Amino acid sequence: MATAIRREEPTQEPNEGTVVSSARRTGRRLRVPDSTQRVLLGSLFIAGLFVLWVVVTALGLQPPILLPSPWGVVAAFREIFSSPQIWADFAASGQELLYGFVLAAAIGIPLGLAIGWYTRLGYLLDPSINLLYAIPRIALGPLLIVWLGIGLGSKIALVFLMAVFPVVLNTSSGMRSLDSNLVRVARCFGAGDLKIFRTIALPGTVPFILGGLRLAVGQALIGVFVAELLGAQNGIGMLIENAGEQFQTAKVFAGLIIFAAAGVILTAAVRSVERHFDAWRA
Amino acid sequence: MAPASITRSREAMEQAPAAADADSYLRARDVRIGYAAAGQADAVLAVDRVDLTVRRGEMLCVVGPSGCGKTTFLNAVAGFLPVSSGELTLKGKPIARPGPDRAMVFQQPGLLPWRNVLRNVTYGLEMSGRMRRKDAAARARELLGLVGLAEFGRTYPHQLSGGMQQRVNLARALAVEPELLLLDEPFASVDAQTRETLQVELLGICRRANVTALFVTHDIGEAVFLADRVCVFSKRPARIVKEVAISLPEPRAQARLKPEFLTYVKEIAAALGSAQAESR
Repeated sequence: MATAIRREEPTQEPNEGTVVSSARRTGRRLRVPDSTQRVLLGSLFIAGLFVLWVVVTALGLQPPILLPSPWGVVAAFREIFSSPQIWADFAASGQELLYGFVLAAAIGIPLGLAIGWYTRLGYLLDPSINLLYAIPRIALGPLLIVWLGIGLGSKIALVFLMAVFPVVLNTSSGMRSLDSNLVRVARCFGAGDLKIFRTIALPGTVPFILGGLRLAVGQALIGVFVAELLGAQNGIGMLIENAGEQFQTAKVFAGLIIFAAAGVILTAAVRSVERHFDAWRA
Repeated sequence: MAPASITRSREAMEQAPAAADADSYLRARDVRIGYAAAGQADAVLAVDRVDLTVRRGEMLCVVGPSGCGKTTFLNAVAGFLPVSSGELTLKGKPIARPGPDRAMVFQQPGLLPWRNVLRNVTYGLEMSGRMRRKDAAARARELLGLVGLAEFGRTYPHQLSGGMQQRVNLARALAVEPELLLLDEPFASVDAQTRETLQVELLGICRRANVTALFVTHDIGEAVFLADRVCVFSKRPARIVKEVAISLPEPRAQARLKPEFLTYVKEIAAALGSAQAESR
């Protein structure tokens, strides 16, 4: 997934064109700008893996039940999308992901801000948060089902638990790494706590919050999959699980690709918001 | 040594008899500043019985060995620290907390990285809430012109050099039209050439805008170049060991080459040296 995300990175660099043309003019060895290299190498590696996949399956080195061919996966996609069940799956997984993620952001961001801002609240909550964070949270799945039932509730809760930690931890550490020089400047101009929070602490924490949200996307997707594994009617995770049990390996691949695509799209969305704040970062 | 220093500062005051209280902006009378330090039962005394006045439109420089308590004194004037005893008043009113009537320029530019230069200069005005946004922006543009950065309003701090950042810092402090400008070694972290340029500019700006300033530095040359008067602080706890009125021919930009300049530097260096030797 990481390599796929890289392709979303911006390729414009202010001097890109001039670097290339001056290298050509002077007749030296042509130097490819770093940003192009990055995109190129990342893409090449993915293309290489794809070619390897094609070759291995075309030569029949592995039976399709272990490694389906790309065409087999395309056929699986066709089969999946020919049944209305897929829309129910999308709706179920989408709901779990959306509600869990939004809840994690809605609770995680204010909580992180409060923990970072009020030192004593940090003292109060830090040990519990670290304890919860140390538990593999997917292990809480069965407990959540006992408490909240097998329905949407327990699944949202699991997605929430997966996603909320990176948000809280990043936000609070951003709040704590507040620049004391800036606080002194603000105080010097007679700013009170509220103004310092609004003009120094909050804007300084925004990049941390966005970084937390970006990490939360991946965690939330794990939450969706595991929640559906523990028992569900519909869902993409369920689709993968069922296909796996019936050795429909191509279908498993198709499900994985859907998960990966969701991850890439959501991460890219957060990245595009982050880029908006890059203007002031050195 | 102590009685002698008092006599000397009396002499200095007598040299300007008209000054008296009417013109004295900032007045420190018998100021002691102590603070609680870890592992020590009694408060540590940083500043001991300092008497000084800053008159309207004057630039007073405080020099002293590093760690002597001159920054502590400046912080008390800014309102960050209370005085333990004595009196510290600005225009007759005791200083209790930081306020927009005093603006401080620190060694670190302390610019908000997510705000462009213009919005950094309006920051102080926003915090004191004395001006509408539009007026604040107009005032900020005026000050950016004054510090020679008129074209850089939309630039972000990280795109500027250290010297330019420090100019923005100065513009931000001046924007609130402080009664008293406090400068704590503002040019200590820029390179020597930029420092001289900034000193000349600061002098020009202060003359033009009739700024009253208290400037703390450990650089004797800087103090002589900028000051109308120089106060020499002793080692901690800081006392005033000498007060020197500086009179150099205008314009000061070339003053460094004048023999008087060197005389002042020698005089102050001697006072500093004896202060250090004495407290050993």
